[in-house]
Amino acid sequence: MATSPYDVAVVGAGPAGLAAAAAALAGGARVALIDAGRQPGGQYWRHRPGDLGAVADLHHDLGAFRALVAGVAGAVRYFGQHVWNVSGSAADGFAVLTAETEVAARSLVLAPGAYDRQVPFRSWDLPGVYTAGGAQALLKGNEVLVGRRVVVGGTGPFLLPVAAGLAARGAHVAGVYEANAPAGWARHTAAVLPVAAKLTEGAGYAAALARHRVPFHSRRAVVAAHGEQAVEAVTVAKLDREWRIVPGSERIVECDAVAVGWGFTPQLELPLALGVATRVDADGSLVVEVDERQRTSVPGVYVAGEACGVGGAPLAVAEGEIAGTAAVAAPVPARLRRRRRALRRFAAAMHAVHPVRDGWQSWLGDDTLVCRCEEVTAGEVRAAVDDLGATDARTAKLLSRAGMGWCQGRVCGYATACLTASASGSATVSALDLQGVSERPIAVPISLGRLAGDAGHTGQQ
Amino acid sequence: MSAAFEFDGRDIAFTEGQTVGAALVAAGVRSWRTTRREGRPRGVFCGIGICFDCLVTIDDVPNQRACLVPADADSIVRSQEGDGRGHLAV
Repeated sequence: MATSPYDVAVVGAGPAGLAAAAAALAGGARVALIDAGRQPGGQYWRHRPGDLGAVADLHHDLGAFRALVAGVAGAVRYFGQHVWNVSGSAADGFAVLTAETEVAARSLVLAPGAYDRQVPFRSWDLPGVYTAGGAQALLKGNEVLVGRRVVVGGTGPFLLPVAAGLAARGAHVAGVYEANAPAGWARHTAAVLPVAAKLTEGAGYAAALARHRVPFHSRRAVVAAHGEQAVEAVTVAKLDREWRIVPGSERIVECDAVAVGWGFTPQLELPLALGVATRVDADGSLVVEVDERQRTSVPGVYVAGEACGVGGAPLAVAEGEIAGTAAVAAPVPARLRRRRRALRRFAAAMHAVHPVRDGWQSWLGDDTLVCRCEEVTAGEVRAAVDDLGATDARTAKLLSRAGMGWCQGRVCGYATACLTASASGSATVSALDLQGVSERPIAVPISLGRLAGDAGHTGQQ
Repeated sequence: MSAAFEFDGRDIAFTEGQTVGAALVAAGVRSWRTTRREGRPRGVFCGIGICFDCLVTIDDVPNQRACLVPADADSIVRSQEGDGRGHLAV
């Protein structure tokens, strides 16, 4: 344990965490900045150790990133360290536990970010099927293309930079299949106009796709993958308003890689470990409830960025700056509050235009895998409800083992909760359902020796 | 700068800062693990340490996430079957 606690420990060095650390430092605090990555940036500004010049064209808003990195120069960095638990209180102080060390602090800013939300489809476990973020991580972090002929699918604005990046590095992007209709944005001009940079960014990706002759299809989805040892083709199909397949619209598209994403799932295990209040956001994700100073229901604990509602990097930076400012008890400038409000409105419009409709469940066969780790099928999840009487996601998980494997439900938790709600006749997925598949008392794998309290132990996980 | 690590008896080239998983994908290796139940092939899926699909044995330690471990010329990387602990079977 550190001999004297930090004023603020910031977990996560992506857009929100960097902004929080910079603001707390500017307020005169001693700050610890902790991240699993080996360098700052998080998923959004992911790059190899050292300069990101080689992938600068794949990134957005690098000026902001470089300013934030300069702003956190005074923080003590704990990089390459996976946080497996947080505990404590404002009265007794907080402890952030990593596999290597323990960081003590008077207050906490958690900025854990998010990962791609997934819904299953037939044979989605074939090698060559990647999350959209995974394709992006291989490109931005490693300069590796996932394939030569790639299909991009799912829903949300994130599909555009993924497709544009792949095309820019020489992949043939066979098509972008957006399950919703982007024309829906026309109903949300009031939310978009105040954040005009979003329009410019979107137009830039659209132009890049046009330049590379990448076809963009709306109301269509990748509904099945095909191949023996790896993906060789996908079935794409037109969807109706509820996302059921329009009969006869199925087409086979040959490819050697697929990148799919359906919005994002916030990483909530650390906030949940501290017992913060949560809510279900407009996109159906479980998120942390925060006030106008990014305070959670637990005194001394602030959360910023995607964990309090998926909204993109500029919003995460604004929330991080507010959280870092509030954590050192400084007044939050009105311009920051206005900026957050405008970007939150944009996020709400994004969720309204890019929802995930229940119809995806009709694409699945009984033998389609839902849980990739424990190899639990859609039929087995439904049987947990229909035959064994589960009425909530946690019980369905316990009875079917969906979400009980290595990833602890990070990948299939959302789908399991949706399938359970549908099979048991619930209209919507509840916060309780999502919480039941989001709590992970040990957030990352650690050795038994570390769990037993021996920080010097370096045995097998 | 280019180097290589050993994977199932052959050399896989990588450049400084790449992960084991990225180097394998770049070399055209799509899968390096089979699942415990159905023996299905698996490689990188999420690419950011979330999904645990890309588990691999590195220097005799099984179940490492290939998408997170930096490639190292001194490493011996092996594909793995099931839980990667077949050698412990009785």
